[in-house]
Amino acid sequence: MISFSNVSKRYPNSYDALTKVSFTIDSGEMVFVTGHSGAGKSTLLKLIGAIERPTSGSVIVNGQNVGALKGGAIPILRRNLGLVFQDHKILFDRSVFDNVLLPLQICGFDPKEASGRVRAALDKVGLLSKEKVKPITLSGGEQQRLCIARAVVNRPSILIADEPTGNLDSDYAHEIIDMFRSFHQVGVTVLIATHDAARLGGSQDRILALDHGALTV
Amino acid sequence: MRVWLSHHSYALLLALKRLSGNPFPSLLSIIVIGIALSLPAGGYMLLGNLQSLSGHISGSPQLSLFLAMDSKPTDVSQIGSRLKQHPLVSSFKFIPKDHALEQLKQGSGLADVVDSLSQNPLPDAFVINAKNTDPIVLDRLHGEIQKWPKIDHVQLDSSWAKRLDSLLTLGRLAVLMLAILLSFALVAVTFNTIRLQILTRLDEIEVSKLIGASNGFIRRPFLYFGAIQGMTGGIIAWLIIALGIYLSNNALADLAALYALDFRLQHLSSRDCMSLLLFSTWLGWMGAWLSVTSQLSQIETQ
Repeated sequence: MISFSNVSKRYPNSYDALTKVSFTIDSGEMVFVTGHSGAGKSTLLKLIGAIERPTSGSVIVNGQNVGALKGGAIPILRRNLGLVFQDHKILFDRSVFDNVLLPLQICGFDPKEASGRVRAALDKVGLLSKEKVKPITLSGGEQQRLCIARAVVNRPSILIADEPTGNLDSDYAHEIIDMFRSFHQVGVTVLIATHDAARLGGSQDRILALDHGALTV
Repeated sequence: MRVWLSHHSYALLLALKRLSGNPFPSLLSIIVIGIALSLPAGGYMLLGNLQSLSGHISGSPQLSLFLAMDSKPTDVSQIGSRLKQHPLVSSFKFIPKDHALEQLKQGSGLADVVDSLSQNPLPDAFVINAKNTDPIVLDRLHGEIQKWPKIDHVQLDSSWAKRLDSLLTLGRLAVLMLAILLSFALVAVTFNTIRLQILTRLDEIEVSKLIGASNGFIRRPFLYFGAIQGMTGGIIAWLIIALGIYLSNNALADLAALYALDFRLQHLSSRDCMSLLLFSTWLGWMGAWLSVTSQLSQIETQ
């Protein structure tokens, strides 16, 4: 489903973010990507969503070579991914409901069907009662859950989250991880980057550990 | 098809929301566009009216034939039969000099002066309608008749109409140039409006792209915005012209009455109105397209 072979990424005028990374994630797996800050976790996730392109090597997602995708194919790839961004990327000029609605509008859903799906997604993350409020009034954890709702509303086969528990206390972090686990249980491939896998990951979870851009496990 | 419809209704609604969400700046740009459009469109309307006025008066061009003062009735009948046989003449009318004098007395209010004349100063005359209204043919006919005996003078009545016609051609050229220049202005106004909008919506554009929006999806609401703004500007232009006509028609009617004419300005025909609206819509769309395309490529290189 996701396969990296000898992937390196060097940012212009900078260090190597990833060097010769190779791994394969099968459909329906739950994987944690761990490592210190700056180890290349975010870069790895960005390569999957074609937000960055590899300097060398190939990134295959759902049978497509992401690094070689033409401009017009990238949006279609991204619609099949659920992305939870490290900096949330919530739009503060619209309601919680409208934030979650955006991916469905992009796909051209019928408004009635779309609003049903939005409510279902908000219900799953426990924000249904706040659908009309502006995101600025939400707490950090609630904003994180809003991001998750927006990522899953389109029912993607792959869910990718970059530090979803970043500034959350332990209880809250576990709650969020459990949420991802429930998506994993219904067959979604889940990929979570975190600096704290030891605390969050279960013994059965697969872990990809990065150290200075190289895979160690 | 359903996806297409949903995308377009979404874009249209978003564009309308953005227009109404910022009513004052939107209104100002629309008025600027309307004024810019009303100048060439108003000029076009005036030219159309002048043209119909000239057509109204000159109809088909006529030749007036003035006979020499010493011509006799036999000369008159001779010229009459020559005209009857001429292939280029469709009809003619003889105006005897006594009749002409009578007309002058009644029509001009110079009765006293005319009465004081010891003899009739007017010549006999023919008024000829030509079969062909082509200026070159008329000129040839004019030259030919001029050489006949006992003809003092031949007046081609279309010469002033020709002058008006060439003036109208010049006017049309001026309106065209004005239209082209102001079209650029309109595109520029839209370009800037859209550019400002994009700058305030960079977050939205970035997030949309990250979750799978195509460039078309991002571009569409802006294109609708530009098109709606252009179209509304076209409607404003139409209203400005209508107001101008309404205000000047009363004054014009008085002026026309002095010349014994029934002349009122007519608004653009419905076809011209449609063209105006379509053109302004297209210009707005064009400005928006240029703006979004250049901005998006800038965003992408960042």
